[in-house]
Amino acid sequence: MTDLTKLTLSEARDALHKGDISSVEITQAHISAINEAKELNCFIEVTSDKAMDMAKAADETIKSGNAKGMTGIPIGMKDLYCTKGVHSQTCSHILDGFKPEYESTVSQNLWDDGAVMLGKTNMDEFAMGSSNENSYYGPVKNPWRAKGSDKNTVPGGSSGGSSAAVAADIAIATTGTDTGGSIRQPASFTGLVGLKPTYGRCSRWGMIAFASSLDQAGPLTKTVRDAAIMMESMAGYDPKDSTSTNIAVPNYEAALNGDIRGLKVGIPSEYRVDGMPEEIENLWTQGKEWLKSAGAEIVDISLPHTKYALPTYYIVAPAECSSNLARYDGVKYGLRVTGDSLDDMYKKTRAAGFGDEVKRRILIGTYVLSAGYYDAYYLKAQKIRTLIANDFKTAYQKCDVILTPTAPSAAFNLGEKVSDPLAMYLNDVFTVPASLAGLPGISVPAGLSAEGLPLGLQLIGQAFGEEQLLNVADVLEGAASFNYKPTKWWGE
Amino acid sequence: MTKLYPGVTGDWEAVIGLEIHAQVISEAKLFSGSATTFGAEPNTQVSFVCSAQPGMLPVINEECVRQAVRTGLAMGCEINLRSIFDRKNYFYADLPQGYQISQFKDPIVGEGEIAIELSDGSTKIIGVERLHLEQDAGKSMHDQHPTMTYVDLNRSGVALMEIVSKPDMSTPEEAAEYFKKIRSLVRYAGTCDGNMDQGSMRADVNVSVRRPGEELGTRTETKNVNSIRYVMQVVESEIRRQIDLIEDGGTVDQETRLFEVATGTTRTMRSKEEAHDYRYFPDPDLLPLEFSQEFVDELAAEMPELADAKKERFIADLHITPYNASVLVAEKENADYFETLLAVTVDKTGKPVSELGKLVSNWITSDLFGALKKLGKTISENPVSVENAAELLNLQVEGTISGRIAKEVFENMLESGNSPETIVDEKGLKQVSDTGAIEAMIDEILSVNADKVEEYRGGKDKLYGFFVGQVMKQTGGKANPQVVNQLLKPKLDG
Amino acid sequence: MSVDKETVAKIANLARIEVSEDELESTVGELNNILDWVEQLSEVDTDGVEAMTSVVDASLPRREDKVTDGGYRDQVLKNAPQSEHGFFAVPKVIE
Repeated sequence: MTDLTKLTLSEARDALHKGDISSVEITQAHISAINEAKELNCFIEVTSDKAMDMAKAADETIKSGNAKGMTGIPIGMKDLYCTKGVHSQTCSHILDGFKPEYESTVSQNLWDDGAVMLGKTNMDEFAMGSSNENSYYGPVKNPWRAKGSDKNTVPGGSSGGSSAAVAADIAIATTGTDTGGSIRQPASFTGLVGLKPTYGRCSRWGMIAFASSLDQAGPLTKTVRDAAIMMESMAGYDPKDSTSTNIAVPNYEAALNGDIRGLKVGIPSEYRVDGMPEEIENLWTQGKEWLKSAGAEIVDISLPHTKYALPTYYIVAPAECSSNLARYDGVKYGLRVTGDSLDDMYKKTRAAGFGDEVKRRILIGTYVLSAGYYDAYYLKAQKIRTLIANDFKTAYQKCDVILTPTAPSAAFNLGEKVSDPLAMYLNDVFTVPASLAGLPGISVPAGLSAEGLPLGLQLIGQAFGEEQLLNVADVLEGAASFNYKPTKWWGE
Repeated sequence: MTKLYPGVTGDWEAVIGLEIHAQVISEAKLFSGSATTFGAEPNTQVSFVCSAQPGMLPVINEECVRQAVRTGLAMGCEINLRSIFDRKNYFYADLPQGYQISQFKDPIVGEGEIAIELSDGSTKIIGVERLHLEQDAGKSMHDQHPTMTYVDLNRSGVALMEIVSKPDMSTPEEAAEYFKKIRSLVRYAGTCDGNMDQGSMRADVNVSVRRPGEELGTRTETKNVNSIRYVMQVVESEIRRQIDLIEDGGTVDQETRLFEVATGTTRTMRSKEEAHDYRYFPDPDLLPLEFSQEFVDELAAEMPELADAKKERFIADLHITPYNASVLVAEKENADYFETLLAVTVDKTGKPVSELGKLVSNWITSDLFGALKKLGKTISENPVSVENAAELLNLQVEGTISGRIAKEVFENMLESGNSPETIVDEKGLKQVSDTGAIEAMIDEILSVNADKVEEYRGGKDKLYGFFVGQVMKQTGGKANPQVVNQLLKPKLDG
Repeated sequence: MSVDKETVAKIANLARIEVSEDELESTVGELNNILDWVEQLSEVDTDGVEAMTSVVDASLPRREDKVTDGGYRDQVLKNAPQSEHGFFAVPKVIE
């Protein structure tokens, strides 16, 4: 009997549709695996009863012949998504006890398609972080460890619980969210595929907001095909979200035809940053070769404002979050710390409820929007954002997709960067530009570092060009043949 | 000539601006689908969006956009085809998001001008700076509990139009007339009911003083003033307070104040003492609001006739006096009532509008309004039906009753609720127009009062009234005045 | 542009987050590190460049004026730390 937790989403789907396995079986297998992997701290809430009910219902649907791609597939849901009646706190203390009376559009889309909820996954509080060390519920341990080491590494962030869960085979797939790289970078650190679609592709309704002009929903999966299947279920126009785009969702899986002959792949010179580890540069070169062998044309391009992307992001995102997080005030939901006055209650509640990184970003955001500084910081950053977006528009006159490394390193050790916020921010150097431009990006596992830790390569696509992007990613994945799995050190 | 306020050390000028908040007439709120009706049970017209639950997003209501454009058109303002929504960030119990969605640099409506009429007969132009759309806040109740404030979010998210004037006013009267005019405009346009008791219209009053010819002084803002009278009181008391303060050697603080009904003056608003830094920035959950000139033109074409145009038409086509026209158009309901009554009266009498306009308008402005005022009722609560009112007028036009008798009949109509025909019949109030009968009566009176006739013929013209009075007395007031005059004058003159 | 304790205290107040006297010191340092780093943006020539209003190339969609929401007070109040008689309850505010 195949270990059901070793299946990919498409394999499980096929088996389920054929009747070889049931959703109840595969869900149960994953719940057992979750229980065994508690040490990793991937899940902050396991909804086993609910999962079994959903699995039973999915089996009925499959029997009646109405199954979709996601029907019966057990997945983890990032704690940032509002799930009705279930813990939804973006792993923050300030939303203590909050169980929404409504369901996010993206999660509802998945449940409507018959997916099964295993539980809510751990994350950096309010999606602010690159290592999942900013969670109220404690850090997540990456199932990957450096060769011969017993030190725990970070799974990346903010979707750390989601990435670690799939890498440890305790969920077939998970949802993540990506604002500056929070799906792609964890995917790279854990040897997975992580897709951030074009801004507006997925609805943000019911997604607890961090930075409204950047947040996007996306899947973390074992393969590109899996990502295509899951993305199709998650995506779609939502009239409840004014920034949602009314474009039909295509059959993404059908776009995987393996043919990229004549495709122009852009290589941006500015992504060759100072101090870039040699092995990452080599992997990038290797990636070029793989695509060239498959018939693509390699084109040198320039994205001149690349180096300003991170500082731009660290003005825009905090500014938006300082406003988005103002509603966490102890009045309507979550934590309340009593005070002598209303203001006192606000101050004490928010001081006690928010973690350090969240507070830092709220303060920065408040500052850059404040009188006298708005023009020099926020307005300036929004103008540079236009320049960054224009860089891509110009580049896409010469190429179809862009190839870059995903992260400037492999997974680092827990605790290594936690006291240096700036060092932490630098993790997103390759992922942030696409976020600022609203473009889709995908990380594909491409190789191992010298220490045996996963390294990913990123492909950036054109707006609403996910079909082409996924197709190239599929080819790259095939060429890379990343068939490694972490050695199991947890459980027992 | 700007009015001068005398102080101890010389004269002062006042500079006044009004920011009027007018609640938009719409079924649902500006950015959510919750209802907007006044007076519902607390928090029953609140959705997850308007209570700012995590992950909620705004979607704009198209009718609110149209209402703002209509108001802009009614004020003769520039309409901006592209505008931006910004977040105004601050913390308060009735502001669930911790920010208000408003418009800062790029509002939906731009500059315009409002003409106001003052009691001395002059007209003054008051500039409008802009109109923008924004969310209303909820309601905090501080007096329901000793240590807690209760918050009701029903009103949170209801669409408001903020109409900002230029600081062109300089007296309490000007402020009042401007406020009245705006209220009338939005009621005519159907975009706000102007109901100040319910809070659907209120004003923030900005006042500063300065020596004539000098730069602007520091202004204070008195928030949420919800009556014309209070606006005048705020302006008066602030002008006085500021002049006294400066002349005593003090300086005016730029601050927010509240009006106290009991004292008729303003006081500092404690909780808003600190300067606010609202950190406006474009709302990233919304895109720029854009519409075409066609969209605006369509709205302009369907606009109801506004007060000024209506007044012109009443004077030109219906031949009513400018004074009456002003009175009637001041409130849309009155103007509408006038036209309805006029139409029904035209039907009954068969006479044209141009002939009846004066009669109908006079009757409304003196008789009807007088009666309504006594009864403490508005025109919508008018106890007399249009049908009956028109019949009353018809009886006069026919000559069945005189104007004087009509007043009597009207009193009776108010009391009894009966139709004028019934009352005239029952009380036998038909006008006596029989020339023969009247002539006989006149002859008798003249013969009985021969001495007075002599005096009249000797030059005492005033006695004419005595003779008319006698005829009226004998006919119980029912003699047709025109007939009496026709017959009496020649006989008296001899 | 760098901040001092006074500025940080002001910002913390605007953001309604209580920052203790000890925390203030370290916060000043952390914020200044970040602000120094973002300072490089002033190098960029942005003359004549429009600030980005949205990556979405569209204008604001509008919905019909219909009551489609609200009327579920119990759910709205369900997660409230304190509610009474159908209201949210908070420490009293004196105006």
